[in-house]
Amino acid sequence: MAYDKFNILTSTAVPLPIENVDTDQIIPARFLKATERVGFGDNLFRDWRYNQDNTLKEDFVLNQDKFSGKILVGGKNFGSGSSREHAAWAVYDYGFRCVVSSFFADIFRGNCLNIGVLPVQVSAAFLQKIFDAIENDPSTQLEINLPEQKITLLPTGESESFDINDYKKNNMLNGFDDIDYLLNIKKDIETFAENTPL
Amino acid sequence: MSATKTLFDKVWDSHVVHKIQDGPDVLFIDRHMVHEVTSPVAFLGIKNRNIPVMHPEKTFATADHNTPTINQHLPVADPLSANQLKMLEENANEYGISYWGLGHAKNGIVHVVGPEYGITQPGATIVCGDSHTSTHGAFGAIAFGIGTSEVEMVLATQCIMQPKPKRMRININGKMSKGVTPKDVALFIISQLTTSGATGYFVEYAGEIFRDMSMEGRMTVCNLSIEMGARGGMIAPDEKTFEYIKGREFTPKGADWDKAMAYWETLYTDEDAIFDKELTFDGSLIEPMITYGTNPGMGMGISNDIPMANAVQGGASTYQKSLKYMDFNEGESMMGKPIDFVFLGSCTNGRIEDFRAFASIVKGKKKADNVTAWLVPGSHKVETAIKEEGILDILTEAGFELREPGCSACLAMNDDKIPAGKLAVSTSNRNFEGRQGPGSRTLLASPLVAAAAAVTGKVTDPRELMEEMVAG
Repeated sequence: MAYDKFNILTSTAVPLPIENVDTDQIIPARFLKATERVGFGDNLFRDWRYNQDNTLKEDFVLNQDKFSGKILVGGKNFGSGSSREHAAWAVYDYGFRCVVSSFFADIFRGNCLNIGVLPVQVSAAFLQKIFDAIENDPSTQLEINLPEQKITLLPTGESESFDINDYKKNNMLNGFDDIDYLLNIKKDIETFAENTPL
Repeated sequence: MSATKTLFDKVWDSHVVHKIQDGPDVLFIDRHMVHEVTSPVAFLGIKNRNIPVMHPEKTFATADHNTPTINQHLPVADPLSANQLKMLEENANEYGISYWGLGHAKNGIVHVVGPEYGITQPGATIVCGDSHTSTHGAFGAIAFGIGTSEVEMVLATQCIMQPKPKRMRININGKMSKGVTPKDVALFIISQLTTSGATGYFVEYAGEIFRDMSMEGRMTVCNLSIEMGARGGMIAPDEKTFEYIKGREFTPKGADWDKAMAYWETLYTDEDAIFDKELTFDGSLIEPMITYGTNPGMGMGISNDIPMANAVQGGASTYQKSLKYMDFNEGESMMGKPIDFVFLGSCTNGRIEDFRAFASIVKGKKKADNVTAWLVPGSHKVETAIKEEGILDILTEAGFELREPGCSACLAMNDDKIPAGKLAVSTSNRNFEGRQGPGSRTLLASPLVAAAAAVTGKVTDPRELMEEMVAG
């Protein structure tokens, strides 16, 4: 599915300084009954955002007006748990284009890259700097520069580089997806399939 | 001299169609399992692109996540769930994919039925839009969970694009002590590695303790690989493996079997092969385990006390938030805590061996009055075996009822939800906040620990009841 190209993103960020944020928190299973990819942002962090009577939990970050932006900053091991791509869809649909953490769970990271959310892994020290900066001033802007693979805390200019392989970087910059690539090598795949033992 | 290779390398490398410079490998997929929850958007994707399913004979569909576990003969009441099930059936029919829907004799949890019917085979690459696909690694397959975009890739091209994970080997020698099951071995490993300790790796389990396990036990271990962050886990196939798969519906027959065996017999780690990380534990020291927190890494021997925040890896605030959710305190014992629910089932512990273990404890006893127990077989085949082996009689006598197959309260997508605040001893795989229903609190444990809790109404060391059995 097509997604918006990603180049340089400058935005404020929403801090979630909790470790091991799992996919059941990002989108609980009871909201996985849809058969189309629409509206998942409404239930992003559902049980942290809402009480059981559907009133808002005022102290949760997404419910605090002072925090906003297209970047979500999470604690270590963000996205652990299930393979549900709905978690990445919910993040995207809510309006985030980038998730920053000091460590990501594998499947969540891959899902993000496949749908146009950029996972940016930083050092634990830099992550703490970001949390501190936002806590001091929620209007703190971050710059995510994909071509240069660099994340910068704009008020101080402190920055760190991040990893992404060339193939995925090119996809993100151009809004390409893997199926386009695979369909282009379909002949090779057919030949390979004829020679598999199982 | 040819280079030495790990089991994982042998299977992975033989499935690489194409390598991309500074990018992922294009990996050919031998078997693809789909279920109702993570497939609809993928089918919609190929429909919108107007492309066919490249190899419909390599994809298998079953309904499990979002199905009721009582009255399966009646129409599904929830309209959203009914629609999702209908979509799977329509998509399977439209693209010529085998479909074992609700009510079908072969229906069950995707990771239970795959091995039961021989779809799961050594040396295969197996994917499914479900993180517990790692289960199939018990047969020496490379099996792992994928996202819906990747489900679409497999439908369209029978390939996905994956960076090759690093290799880890976990060696455990020694015998399992009394009251210890494969579930305890897995929870022990996760408690040592933490919930992210194997992220980026594909794990091979090696050593006496895994060799001694039944195929069901190996499936339980490999199933939980994802809970320490691993992409998957696998165990080299042996005589036990070949004996298990022989003669099953989708297993090769005759000359094809011989051909397959020639390949399968090459599936072991060469003696000098190098792993990126290697860990060794003494299996005889593992106790029956129980979790006390909100991720599967927060587990301990059942007779231990909950660790102090300053004694654990990771941030103290996250740890305390977790204990607060559970309503537990640092340093306290879990033993004797009153419980409300017991859940026996899931792709982790919903197989016949798990029901045998549960029955061995509850036999001749009664379910505690304060406990609601949901016993959910992993498939109709398991359900049939429970009846044929006389286990159902033991369960009924003890005051338990058997439900119909499905994922059930493991993820609580259907009506099987643990109510807010209630404490459940669960044989499933995740104790995340609200995983088994909004506000529910989960203690992960083995079928033996679940059974001990079910008859005593509280957290109980199953070894105490096993002593009674010997004495009695």
